Amino acid sequence: MSHLSLANIIKTYPNGFEAVRDVSVDIAKGEFTVFVGPSGCGKSTLLRMVAGLETVTQGTITLADRVINDLEPARRDIAMVFQNYALYPHMTVYKNLAYGLVNRGFPKAEIDRRVREAAEMLQITEYLDRKPQQLSGGQRQRVAMGRAIVREPEAFLFDEPLSNLDAKLRNHMRLEIKRLQRYLGTTAIYVTHDQVEAMTMADRIVVLNKGKVEQAGTPAEIYHDPASLFVAGFMGAPAMNMLEARFEDGHMILPGNIRVHALARPDRDEATLGLRPERITITRTPVNGTALPFQLDLVEELGAGRLLHGRVGETPVTVSTSGDGEVPADDLHAEFPAAAMHFFDKETGARL
Amino acid sequence: MKRGVIIDHAILILGVLFLITPLWMAFASSTYTAQEIARDGMRFVLGDNFIGTWGDLLTGAGSMFTESEGKTGEVTAVSGLLMLKNSLILGLGFAIGKIAISMLAAYAIVYFRFPAGPFFFWIIFSSLLLPLEVRIIPSYEIVAGLGLVNSYTGLILPLIASATATFFFRQFYKQIPEEMIEAARLDNAGPIRFFIDILFPLSKTMIAAIFIIMFVVGWNQYLWPILMTTDKEFNTLLMGIKNIIYIMDDGKTPAYNQAFALAVLSVIPPVLIVVLFQSWFVKGLTESDK
Repeated sequence: MSHLSLANIIKTYPNGFEAVRDVSVDIAKGEFTVFVGPSGCGKSTLLRMVAGLETVTQGTITLADRVINDLEPARRDIAMVFQNYALYPHMTVYKNLAYGLVNRGFPKAEIDRRVREAAEMLQITEYLDRKPQQLSGGQRQRVAMGRAIVREPEAFLFDEPLSNLDAKLRNHMRLEIKRLQRYLGTTAIYVTHDQVEAMTMADRIVVLNKGKVEQAGTPAEIYHDPASLFVAGFMGAPAMNMLEARFEDGHMILPGNIRVHALARPDRDEATLGLRPERITITRTPVNGTALPFQLDLVEELGAGRLLHGRVGETPVTVSTSGDGEVPADDLHAEFPAAAMHFFDKETGARL
Repeated sequence: MKRGVIIDHAILILGVLFLITPLWMAFASSTYTAQEIARDGMRFVLGDNFIGTWGDLLTGAGSMFTESEGKTGEVTAVSGLLMLKNSLILGLGFAIGKIAISMLAAYAIVYFRFPAGPFFFWIIFSSLLLPLEVRIIPSYEIVAGLGLVNSYTGLILPLIASATATFFFRQFYKQIPEEMIEAARLDNAGPIRFFIDILFPLSKTMIAAIFIIMFVVGWNQYLWPILMTTDKEFNTLLMGIKNIIYIMDDGKTPAYNQAFALAVLSVIPPVLIVVLFQSWFVKGLTESDK
């Protein structure tokens, strides 16, 4: 039973731009769903339609068995965390948290209880009397979270809430948001363009591209079983290696006249071969005729591991290896299991 | 001390002297009797008639115009306090009215989608091309038609629309992030609550800045009150000064001492306002706090 459902949502702007084209997503109660995609993919538009800040051209949005398409934002029982926090600069943190409740006519004691509880949860109790200007970015982010929490809504909406924080804080807040959402058990939609955030935070990821759902699934599904070239290329850092492959009587031919035995092949003669960098092993002594010659150009030392940037024939390929041992030099080969090979249609990008 | 600092200060001191000297001369001269001034000209040193001049001026006791050749001044004096009150009403009414109207106008233009909204904005904006002096006769006609001549309403109301202030508020609202409004919408704040709870407090510095400007503009209105009022009850300070100059043509000795006192008096309130609101003023026009 889905708690928040988007059914056949279409958004067309008056100027004719189709921001969202027939998107359907079902979100279970308490699920943390991440909408991810490049800028302009319609993820924010989708979120804002759920919030009621954009009108829905076509389709139905249902939250807790209630169609909310035409409800005022304030009456949808959702709370949103904005990218720039959107705190009221002239109000203290306490008033910022309380404002939404005051406007809904909650009794004073109840407001106070909720505000203090949320502040406790977010460890901002000592800042309740300060104004937003006197807070650091991370603290403001917490206040913005607090404003959503005190509402005790049916659903949280996050619009790229971490993009204004520095990298270290972002990793920390990422975890914290996830933990809070788990603790509260509130259904959440989280919009981001950062695939790391998507992978680490989501119960389920919805990958959007050009206003359409490319794939929806758990982070593991999305990563290991990408439904299209787009998903494969977008998710994962470093990105999946893509090689244009041709198949001829049991052989795979790659640009630059590389010819090896094909471990697996698609149902057609030409396809794009996708290989995750960490599924490739580099060796000096290839065991069989399926290893590709790998010419190393550059080594990126990451501490915990190494990225080897090089070429297979004419195609640039990145390999992720463990960091120990000596940096390999020349005469290298790239090996991978058949299970690591993903094939995509060259034209449509669809998984084969 | 470095030579540069000395030169800087010398320039500043010169500037201050340049601005202060006329004011001091007016004040010093106001402490003499009219006859002394007529005889000896303006003074730099304080005289002994301070209480006489200022007392007469504020209470309206004694004519604005000194007796000469046994004739009393024909124009009866209006008390300085009344003129001060009138000027204050005009200045405050002008400033507060303009701020209220233009804030609301800008609010409508920026936050509400209504047909031809931008068109209305440009209409308001282009009214900057029509200063009061250009439209003063038709304006008078309308005020007279409404029977508002010789009333505070007639003095203030026709001037209350302000393209400048509307434009400033519009620019200010435009730079308030969209997300703030959206957050307020989610917090169940309707248009009125948003205006009172959020927009108004955020605009405080802007309001202060515009208040100063508009108060001084209203305070310095001259042509308009002359045209709009015939009753002396509505004389403002600036009109009072003019009345004294008028009398010179009649061959009498104008009460120069009171004229100078009046001039000094008319400078004080705007100066006070600027001094009091000065820090806000700078903030309002320069700072963009989000």
